[in-house]
Amino acid sequence: MRNVRKYRFRISQSLTIAAVAAVLVVGGSAKRAHASDLSDLVDEVQPKMVKIFGSGGLRRLENYQSGFLVTAEGHILTAWSYVLERQVTVHMFDGLRYQATLVNIDPVSEIAILKIDAGGNLPHFDLTEQPDAAAGTSIWAFSNLYNVATGDEPVSVQQGVISAVTNLNARRGIFNTPYQGRVYVLDAVTNNPGAAGGALVDRDGNLLGMLGKEMKNEGSSSWLNYALPVAAIYETAMSIIDDPNYTPVPVDHLATGRGGPKAEFPMTLERLGIVVVPEVIAAATPPFVDDIRFNSPAQTAGLLRDDLIMFLNGNVIHSCEMLREQLEYIDRDDTVSITVIRDTGGRQEIIDLTIIPDF
Amino acid sequence: MANGIHSLRNIARFASVAVVLSATAAFAGAAQDDQTTTAATSAPDVQVPQALLDAQAHRVEVVARARAATVAVFATGGRGGGSGVLISPDGYALSNFHVTSGAGDAMQCGLSDGKLYDAVIVGIDPRGDVALIKLLGRDDFPFAPMGDSDQLRLGDGCYAMGNPFLLATDFAPTVTYGIVSGIHRYQYPAGTLLEYADCIQTDASINPGNSGGPLFNNEGEVVGINGRGSFEKRGRVNVGVGYAISINQIKKFMGYLRSGRIVDHATLGAAVATSEDGRVRITQILDNSDAYRRGLRYDDELVAFGGRSINTTNGFKNALGTFPKGWRVPLTFRRDGETYDIYVRLMGVHRKDELIEKAQGREPPPKPKEDDGDGDGDNDDGDDEDGNEEEPQQPATPATQGMPAHVAKVFEARRGYANYYFNQLEQQRVWGQLSASDELQPNAPWTIEAEIGGGLTSSMELSTTGAKLSLPGGDVELNVDPERPVISNSMEPLGSGGLVAALYCWRRFMSEGVDGFGLMYYQGEVPLAGYINAPPHSFQETLVDCLVGEHGGAECRFYVDSGSGELRVVEYFAEKDMDPCELIFSNYQQMNGRAWPTQVEVRFGNQTYQTFTLKDVKVAAAAE
Repeated sequence: MRNVRKYRFRISQSLTIAAVAAVLVVGGSAKRAHASDLSDLVDEVQPKMVKIFGSGGLRRLENYQSGFLVTAEGHILTAWSYVLERQVTVHMFDGLRYQATLVNIDPVSEIAILKIDAGGNLPHFDLTEQPDAAAGTSIWAFSNLYNVATGDEPVSVQQGVISAVTNLNARRGIFNTPYQGRVYVLDAVTNNPGAAGGALVDRDGNLLGMLGKEMKNEGSSSWLNYALPVAAIYETAMSIIDDPNYTPVPVDHLATGRGGPKAEFPMTLERLGIVVVPEVIAAATPPFVDDIRFNSPAQTAGLLRDDLIMFLNGNVIHSCEMLREQLEYIDRDDTVSITVIRDTGGRQEIIDLTIIPDF
Repeated sequence: MANGIHSLRNIARFASVAVVLSATAAFAGAAQDDQTTTAATSAPDVQVPQALLDAQAHRVEVVARARAATVAVFATGGRGGGSGVLISPDGYALSNFHVTSGAGDAMQCGLSDGKLYDAVIVGIDPRGDVALIKLLGRDDFPFAPMGDSDQLRLGDGCYAMGNPFLLATDFAPTVTYGIVSGIHRYQYPAGTLLEYADCIQTDASINPGNSGGPLFNNEGEVVGINGRGSFEKRGRVNVGVGYAISINQIKKFMGYLRSGRIVDHATLGAAVATSEDGRVRITQILDNSDAYRRGLRYDDELVAFGGRSINTTNGFKNALGTFPKGWRVPLTFRRDGETYDIYVRLMGVHRKDELIEKAQGREPPPKPKEDDGDGDGDNDDGDDEDGNEEEPQQPATPATQGMPAHVAKVFEARRGYANYYFNQLEQQRVWGQLSASDELQPNAPWTIEAEIGGGLTSSMELSTTGAKLSLPGGDVELNVDPERPVISNSMEPLGSGGLVAALYCWRRFMSEGVDGFGLMYYQGEVPLAGYINAPPHSFQETLVDCLVGEHGGAECRFYVDSGSGELRVVEYFAEKDMDPCELIFSNYQQMNGRAWPTQVEVRFGNQTYQTFTLKDVKVAAAAE
C-alpha cells in the first residue's frame, strides 16, 4: 500500500512535470545540445537492457522478447510468456550471453523474474524509484522488437507520449489477458513482436513501466500499445526477488506432470465437459472456456463459460495447448482441481473448483 | 509491371488498414475513465522561451528546405509510384530500385511546387535497392545536401518525407518526424536482391509510397533513403519500425550509379562465422578469390574490414554490404598471434548474367522477408565482368517507344545497363578531364628513357604495333597485329604480370582515347588506397574514376583522378582470376611540353616488380 499512496500523491505534481517535458521535447529537436541529451539518455539506458531468447521460433510465434535488469545481482524483469517456458538465454548489451533461471512468475500481471549470474555489479533500473507519469508525458521505449538487434547491437528505441493512464478493460473477446490493472496507453507503436518486457522510460531515463505483450482488440481489430506502470507491478516483482518462498504460483509447474510418466488412460477435456476457445495461435492462445457441456462434471463443479483457467492441479497453465498437455499426466478417473479467473460484473475473482469425473 | 508494394491498385487495401489505425486512436480515447489524468492545458499569458521559438523557427525552415527537394515518383500512366529526393541542381535524384523497377525507364516526378517533370532512369543497384534517376527540364532544381550517416546517434531526431499511400495529388510531400531507433542494422535480402546492410532504423512513420523517399537529419541533410519496414501480422502499414539505406553506403555507389549500369554489390569470396571464443573466423574461402591470393586462409581471425573493426558476423555483413563490386578495400586478419594488413579486390555477389536477368526481367522484385538463414550471400564463381561484351540487345519494340522526345534523347537501351546514355556521358567527362591540357595524337609512337636505380637504365618504345622494353638483362618485346590484335596471356617480363602489355595499353589508351582503345565502359568511382598506401581508415577518401577497356582479348583498367586530370593507375589482366600487372603513376612533371608521370611503380601480386624514374618521353609524329 505504501507505494500506491506514493503514486497517488505524486499525481498532483505530474501535471507540471508533463508541461515542462512537452516544452523540452519541442525545443529538443533543433538544438545540438538537446540532441546529445537524448543520446546520453540512450547511452544510459542501453546497458540495463537485455535480449531474451527461449522457446518458440515457429511461424508467428517468436522465440525472443525483451527484458531489463532490476538488481545489481542480475535479476531481470520481463513479461511472462511461452518464450520463458524452457531454457532461456539472455544477451547483454555488450554481447555477452548467459543462461538464465526463471525465479518465479505472476500469471495475473503476467510478469516474470529471471536471474543470471554475471557478477554483482550490473547496471540496473531501481524499482523503488517510481516517477509519476500522466497523459502527455514524453516517453522512450526500449525493446528488441522484431529481433532487429543481435549480439552486441543496441536494442531499438522509440519515442512517444502517454496518451492515457487508465485501467485495462480486458475481458475475453476484447483483450485476452488476465491483467485488469492500470496501464499507460502509448501513442507510439511500441508493442510489436519481441517488444514485451521492454522498458518505458522518461526523459531522465527513469523507469516508468514495462512494455506488455502484443494485444489486439478482437472487437475492433486494433492493436493496443501500452505499458504496465512500475507501481502496478512493483510489489509483485519485489516479492519474487526478495522472498524465496513467495508463492503466487508453484514454480515447479515445469517439473510436475511432465516429469512423471503420462497416464495410461489420460484425462481429456471432453471427459470433463470443457470446450476451450479455438487455438488461434499455437501455444499462445489463453485457455478461456468457450463452452460447458450440459450435465458434465465441469458444469457440476460450477465452471462457467468465459472463465480463464490459470491452474490445473496447482500447475500454471497459460495456453490451450499446455492445458491439453498437462491433462495427459492425469488419470482419467482422478479428481481435478482447477483455478480460474472469473469476470463478475467488472470485478475479477479467483475461484478454486474441484471437478470429479463421472464413472 | 507495377510492383506489389506500390501499385495504385493496392491503395484501396492500404486505405482500409488506415481506417483500422484511426480506430486504434479512437480506442485510446475511449479507454480513458474518470480517473484518467489528461495533459495540462496552457494557462493564459504563457511566456514562451526564446529558445523554443528559435527551435520552432529552425524546424519550420528545415522542413521547408527539405520538402522542396522531395520527389513524388510516378510510373508513366499512373501505374504506381513512390518517392525520391533530388541531390543535385541538374536533376539527379535517388529512389529505390523497387520503385523504379515498377515505373519503367521513363517516369514522371512531382515536386512540392505542384509541377510534374519527366524523368529518366540512370543507374540501378538491385541488391542495395537503390536507383538513380534524373529529372529533366531544369538546371536549377532544389536539392538536398547529403549528410554523414555515420554521425547519427540513437535518439537523434529525423524527418521522413515522401508520398505515403500516394496521397498527394498536388505532389506536396508528407512529413513525418521520429527518432533514430537503431543504427548499423542488418536486414536480410530476399533471394539475392534488396539487402539492407548497415541501415538506419527509425520510428518516423514509413508507409507504402514512402519508398525511395529521403530520411533527413535535424539539419535537413539526407542521411538515408527509406525503403522498408518490419510489418508481419498487422498489414503493410507503419508499426514504428522503418528502415533507410544509409546515405554513406549510397555515396560509395554514386559513381557506379552515374555510370548508367546495373551495378552489383561485393563479396569477399569467403564466409565467416563467430566462433565459440567470440572471434570472427574464416570458415570458407574460394581459391580464385583475391582474398585468397593476398594470403587469407581458412580459420584466420578477421580483425578489421573496410576500415571497421569486426566483432560479430553481423558486423562483417554490415561492412561488406555497403561496398560495390570491384572495390579494393583494407582487411586485417590475425593468424598465430601475427597481424596482417592487406588490400582485397572484392568480387561480385552475382554472376555476370544473373544480375542482369534479375534486374531487367521486368518482374516485380521479390518482397523483402525477415530472415533467410545464415549465409552472407556468397555464391560467387569469380566472374569479374560487368557484362558489356554482348552486342546491344534490341527488344522487339524500341525501348524509347512512347517516351517524350526529350526523354528518348537521354536514354539508350543496352544489355547490362539501366541507361547506356549515361555511361557514354561519364566516359566523355573523364576523358575530357584527362586530355584537358592537350590531346595526344592517335597512332603516335612514344620513346621513354628511364632509370631503375643503382645507376641502371631502361628504355621503352611504345606504338600501335606493340611495345619493346629494354632492361639491363635484355629486351622484351610484344608485337601486335593492328588488324587482329591479341594481347592476352602476355606475362613478360617474368614476375611482372605482363609489364610490356601494360605499357602498350597505357599508350594506346592515352593516344587513341575512350573511343579508340577498344570496347570501353565507365565503371564508377573506386578507391585508390590499395595502390598508394593510404591509411585504412581514410581509404574511402581516395576515390578516382575508373574506366574499363577490352582490347586484344585482355582487360585493362584505367584509374583517373578527375580533379587533377591525371592518370594514376593502369591495370592489365593477362588472364581472368589472376593478379593484374599494375602501373602506378606519380610525380607528374612537364617534359617536352606536356605533363608525364616521372615515377612509375610496377606491381604484381604482393610484390613491387620495379620502379622506373622517367627521364625523357618523346612523342613522335603520328604514324600512318
